[in-house]
Amino acid sequence: MFSLDALQLARIQFAFTVGFHIIFPAFSIGLAAYLMVLEAAWLRTRQQVYLDTYQYWLKIFAVVFGVGVVSGLVMSYEFGTNWSQFSYKVGPILGPLLGYETLTAFFLEAGFLGVMLFGMKRVGPGLHFAATCLVVIGTHISAAWILASNSWMQTPQGYRIVDGRYFPEDWVKIIFNPSYPYRFVHMLGATYVSVAFVVGAVGAYHLLRDRNNRSARLMFSMAMWMALVAAPLQIIAGDVQGDNTLQYQPQKVAAMEGDWQRQPAGEGEPLVLFALPDQANQKNNFEIAVPHVGSLYLTHSWAGTIKPLKEFKPDEIPFVPVVFFAFRIMVGLGLLMFAVGGVGLLLRRKGRIFQARWFQRIMVAMGPAGFIAMLAGWTVTEAGRQPFTVYGLLRTADSVSPVGAPGVGISLVAFVVIYAVVFSAAVIFLLRLMAVPPHPGESGPPAIPHRSAGITPGPAGATQEPALTPDLAPAE
Amino acid sequence: MTFEGYDLALIWAALLGFAVLAYVVLDGFDLGTGILFMAEHGSDERDVMVNSIAPVWDGNETWLVLGGGGLFAVFPLAYAVILPALYPVIITMLLSLIMRGVAFEFRFRTNTKRGRFWWDVAFCGGSTGAAFCQGLALGGLLQGIHVENNAYAGGWWDWLTPFTILCGVAVVVGYALLGSCWLIWRTTGRLQDSSRLQARALMIATLALIVAVSIWTPFLNPRFAARWFGWPGIALTSPVPVLVALTAWVFWRSLLQKHHLTPLLCAQALFVLCYIGLGISFYPWIVPPSITIWDAASPSSSMAFLLVGAIVMMPIILAYSAYAYWIFRGKVEVGMNYH
Repeated sequence: MFSLDALQLARIQFAFTVGFHIIFPAFSIGLAAYLMVLEAAWLRTRQQVYLDTYQYWLKIFAVVFGVGVVSGLVMSYEFGTNWSQFSYKVGPILGPLLGYETLTAFFLEAGFLGVMLFGMKRVGPGLHFAATCLVVIGTHISAAWILASNSWMQTPQGYRIVDGRYFPEDWVKIIFNPSYPYRFVHMLGATYVSVAFVVGAVGAYHLLRDRNNRSARLMFSMAMWMALVAAPLQIIAGDVQGDNTLQYQPQKVAAMEGDWQRQPAGEGEPLVLFALPDQANQKNNFEIAVPHVGSLYLTHSWAGTIKPLKEFKPDEIPFVPVVFFAFRIMVGLGLLMFAVGGVGLLLRRKGRIFQARWFQRIMVAMGPAGFIAMLAGWTVTEAGRQPFTVYGLLRTADSVSPVGAPGVGISLVAFVVIYAVVFSAAVIFLLRLMAVPPHPGESGPPAIPHRSAGITPGPAGATQEPALTPDLAPAE
Repeated sequence: MTFEGYDLALIWAALLGFAVLAYVVLDGFDLGTGILFMAEHGSDERDVMVNSIAPVWDGNETWLVLGGGGLFAVFPLAYAVILPALYPVIITMLLSLIMRGVAFEFRFRTNTKRGRFWWDVAFCGGSTGAAFCQGLALGGLLQGIHVENNAYAGGWWDWLTPFTILCGVAVVVGYALLGSCWLIWRTTGRLQDSSRLQARALMIATLALIVAVSIWTPFLNPRFAARWFGWPGIALTSPVPVLVALTAWVFWRSLLQKHHLTPLLCAQALFVLCYIGLGISFYPWIVPPSITIWDAASPSSSMAFLLVGAIVMMPIILAYSAYAYWIFRGKVEVGMNYH
C-alpha cells in the first residue's frame, strides 16, 4: 500500500506544505473578522477595553498574515513541480480561478493591510474601520476562490474534455459547482470556531493570572459566546455538507463511516464508534458500534442505508483508515467544543464564568482544538477524494510529474527542515506575543518595518516613536 | 465581455512578459540589498538597508506569484514542462524566498544578538540563493528543455551546465548592482559611500558577464544565431549592444558626479535592454526549442475569463505600487523608526 514511490512522496509533500499553509490563512480570515467586530464595538461604545483588545490581537494578526503569504508562495508553484500532468490537464479551469485569487489577494494586501496595521493615528477611526472591513472582505474573497477551486475538484461540472484535458464550458457552473456553497460555509465556520478557541485560550490564560484584567475578561467572554453559537452551527453545516457528499461522493461517506458491506434489511446503519479498518480484507476489526444511529444522521430515517465500500470497485475507493480516523477526530473535537460552549453558558448563568479556574484551564488546553479539527476535516475531504484528484475523472496517479522518487524525497526533506525552522520560530513569536498580558493603552504593532505599502506610510521611512513592549525590545 | 478577433495568446504573453520584467527590475534591487547585506557590519547600517526596502519588497515579490499563477492559467503546458524540468532550482528558490521573507519579520523580534545574527544570515543567504536560482532557471530555459509528448522528458540534472552556472552568477551580480544603486538613492553618509564603491565594481562585473552570456547564447541553438545575425533579426538586435554601451557610459558619469537616482535608473535600463534581447531570442517560443506561445496557450475561454480580471486589476496594482514608492521616497536615516 505505502511503498514510497514518487507518487506517494509527492502526496506527502503536498499534504505537508498545504497543511502548514492552511493554518495561517484560516487564522487570518477568522482573526480579521474578530478584529472587525472589536473595532465596531469600540466605535459604538468608545470603551477603551475594546480598542486595547483590538490592538493586542492586531500585533498577532501581523505575524500570522506574513507567514501565510510566504507559505502561500510555495503552493502556487507546487502544482507545476510535483503535479505537472494535473496542471496541464486542468490548468485551463483551475488556473484562472487561482489567478483571480492572486489578483484579489494582491489588491487586498497592497491596499489596506498597511492602513489596518499602522494607520490608526493617520487616517482617523472611520477610515481605519473601513480599511479593516476591506481586509476582512479581501480575505473572504480569497477563501471564496480557493474553495471554488477545491470544490470543483470534488464535484466537477461546466467542463468539456478535449484530448484528455479539461476545458471550461461555463464559468458560472464551474465556480458554483454542487458542493461549493456547503464547503465554503463549513470552512468559514471552521475559521471562526478556531479563532474563537484561540482567543478564549489566551483570555483564560491571562484570567488565571489576573482575574480582574478587563481585556482578558472581554476576550474570554466573547469567545465563550462564540463557542456557544458557532460550534453547534458548524456541526449543522457539517451535517448538511455530509448530505451533499453522500449525493456526489458516496464512497467518501462510506469510508468516513467505515461501512464495508450492505446491512441486512431493516437494520439500518450503525454508528461505528471505534474500529480498525482493514483495507485488504475489506472489513473492520475490533468494531464498537451503536445500531441505527448512523441512519439518523446519514439518511434522517430509522433504517435507511447507504452504498457500502464493497459495492464500489476496489481501485475507486480511498484508503479507509485515514479517512475514518480523521473524521472521528474532527467530529470528536467538534462535539467537545460544543460541550465547552454549553458548560460556559451554565457557568455564566451562575455568574461564575470568570471565577471557575478549572474551566479556564480546560479552555487553555482547548486553544488549538479548532485548528486540529480543521486539519482533520481537510484530511477527510482530500484523502476521501482519492484515488482521484478530480473526482471520478482524473486519477492521482495520472496527475503526478515525471520526476523520480529521489528528487521528490530530497525536496520533501528540505521542506521539512526549512518549515521546522520557520514555523517553530513563527509559533514561538506568536506564543510570546500571546503570553504578554493585555493592558490598558495597548499599542498597535511595534514600529518595525512592515511589509505592505499602505495608503498611509507606515513607520518605515517615517519618524515614529517606538512602541515596544518591554519583552519585545531588541537586545542592546 | 468577448475578445473576438484578438490574439489572446500574444496579449497574455506580453502581459506575463511584463509581469516577469516588473519582478526582475523591482525585486532585483531588494534581493540585491539582501545579497550585499553581510558586507555591512554595523547593525545600524543593516537596519537602514532593511528599512529602505521594507515597505516595498512584499509588493515586488507578488509579481512572482502573478507570473507563476498566470503561467498556470494561460500557458499550462509551459508551466507543466518548465517546473519539472527545473524542479530542484524552483524548490531551492522558493525555500530561499521563504527564509528571506520570514527573516524580515523576525530579525526585529528576536531578543538576542545571536538570534539577530542568524536571521541576518538567513536574509542574506536567502536573497543570494533566490537570485542564483533565478539565473539558473533563465539559463536552463535558454539552453532548451527536452520535451516529448507534451511533457518534460529530460533528466534530473539537465539544468546544471557551465552555461546555467554562468547565468546564475550573472543574475546574482546584476541584482547586487541594482541593490547597490538602490542604496545610493535611499541612503546617506558612510553607507552611501560604500554603496558607490560597490556599484562601480559590480557594474564592471555585470557588463563582463552580459558580454559572456551574449557571446555564448547563439552557440546554444542555431535558431538563436539565425535570429541574432540574420536579416531581419539583426535590425532589431544590433541596437541592443549599442544601447547597453550608452547606458553604461551614462551610469559611469552619474556615479562620478555623485548623482543619487540616475545610477539606479541606468542599472534598471540595463536589465530592460537585456530582457528585450532575450525576448528577441525567445519569440515566438515560450519553451525553447519546441513549444511556442500558441502551442502552450489555454483555450480562449480561459484566457478571456482571466483577462477581464487582469484588465481591471493590473492598472490598479501599478498605480498603487507607484503611489507606494512615492510615499516612501526620501532618504532612510539611522534610527528612523525604532529603538
